[in-house]
Amino acid sequence: MQTRDLHFWYGTSHALKGISMDIASHEVTAFIGPSGCGKSTYLRCLNRMNDLIPGARVEGKVLLDGQSIYDGADPVLVRRRVGMVFQKPNPFPKSIRENIVWGARINGYTGSEDELVERCLTHAALWNEVKDRLSDNAYGLSGGQQQRLCIARALAVEPEVLLMDEPASALDPIATAKLEETILELKSRYTIVIVTHNMQQASRVSDSTAFFYLGELVEKDATETIFTRPSVKRTEEYISGRFG
Amino acid sequence: MEPTSSPAFNPRIEARQRASALWATLLLLATLVGIVVLVFLLVDLVIKGGGRLTGHFFTNYMSFDPDRAGIKSALVGSLWLMLLTTLIAVPVGVGAAVWLEEYASRGRLMRLVQLNIANLAGVPSVIYGILGLTFFVRFLALDRSLLAGALTMALLILPVIVIATQEALRSVPKGLRESAYALGATRWQVIRSHLLPVAAPGILTGVILAVSRAVGETAPLIVIGGFVFIAFTPGSLLDPFTALPLQIFNWTGMPQASFRELAAAAILVLMVLLLAMNGAAIVLRNRFERNRPR
Repeated sequence: MQTRDLHFWYGTSHALKGISMDIASHEVTAFIGPSGCGKSTYLRCLNRMNDLIPGARVEGKVLLDGQSIYDGADPVLVRRRVGMVFQKPNPFPKSIRENIVWGARINGYTGSEDELVERCLTHAALWNEVKDRLSDNAYGLSGGQQQRLCIARALAVEPEVLLMDEPASALDPIATAKLEETILELKSRYTIVIVTHNMQQASRVSDSTAFFYLGELVEKDATETIFTRPSVKRTEEYISGRFG
Repeated sequence: MEPTSSPAFNPRIEARQRASALWATLLLLATLVGIVVLVFLLVDLVIKGGGRLTGHFFTNYMSFDPDRAGIKSALVGSLWLMLLTTLIAVPVGVGAAVWLEEYASRGRLMRLVQLNIANLAGVPSVIYGILGLTFFVRFLALDRSLLAGALTMALLILPVIVIATQEALRSVPKGLRESAYALGATRWQVIRSHLLPVAAPGILTGVILAVSRAVGETAPLIVIGGFVFIAFTPGSLLDPFTALPLQIFNWTGMPQASFRELAAAAILVLMVLLLAMNGAAIVLRNRFERNRPR
């Protein structure tokens, strides 16, 4: 996935000021930066979630496999190819099984639903915990399980890219560790982009890291480089905890 | 307990607690006003009309002999009116609200439409009666039929249903909406599978309250010229009809005391009907609340 000179406005406020970035396939890319720096806004430009915000405006290019996801592309198709997991676990108020199956069904899935449920839950490392209660309401699960269910739900429509907006911020440390393990396992099949406030998390799960500040991309490099010898001073100051 | 803080504080705890207790009493009195009035009204009605609540009161038609007069045509008319009004107003009202909330773009025009809907909810019901008379009764030549009455009542409660549905849709958590869109769902798929089911209890409560308002309305029916003396129950949509509020209005205007007893009895029936509907609204809300997403 690539973006070229991407600008974004909420009404009159200029939230993204010309972001150009290449996101490598089958890698985990982490976005870090202080609150309000535009990292979540940028993430939401990648699957056109920002279309849902009244008064929002996008300029520039976002390319998926070389094709623009704006400029007349159907956001419904874009979102199927670029899935998303949100900050707060938000399963549907339905059964665990129904949570997985719904997305596939509305996209015209004709295969076996049982097989789909098992496969997605296995990939999201949740199958063993829920296989005996698939018809229970998803609200009965713990926060960490709900978040992994949301990942499984996103996988069910077979996206190419998976965007995660601070997926662990509502979870306790044990659930977070489990989630990070899941992300590492998913990497071989999907391109993953994760926004995080947690620097350790970025260094643990990601291959490359992008640092945002005040609506601009300050720098992006291999995670190891960003965390050991960043080329911009501000990045180093943020990572070492001197501001943010 | 002696104050331990600096002398700059003057806690005056007794005075503050007294003021608090005084307010509690005043607020309780304000609550009691409503309850006392309702109880008084019910007791008065039972004393006056209780004796008239016999079996044949429900099975007899209107008569000029108070001892043979009943509310059959009015009760059946009211129930038909309720059913038809609901069938007309719910699809249109919910549909309009879904469009306004989920499809329409936010702009000056939208705000104007929104303001007008709020205004319509406050228009006196007699105005709807005049509209119904001009448009349904005369222009569409529906005459003083059940259908004309139901259409008029549907218009009357439409704004209330639109507003209640909009509120219900607005209270659907943002995360639910977003997560459905993020799976590549179209607007309609999101609405159909997630928004409407989650908003259903709120919509249902609004609908029941709106319909119970329509059931109690008299003015529009008087204006469109609803009948009172009808010795049959409506067999088709175009048949003339009468309704409980009309019957009550008619009986209270009669000089004989016995007719006023009949009116009291009919009011009791209407009140029980309305209380039952409001009760149903509460039960439904509580039942659905448990499965709401947070």
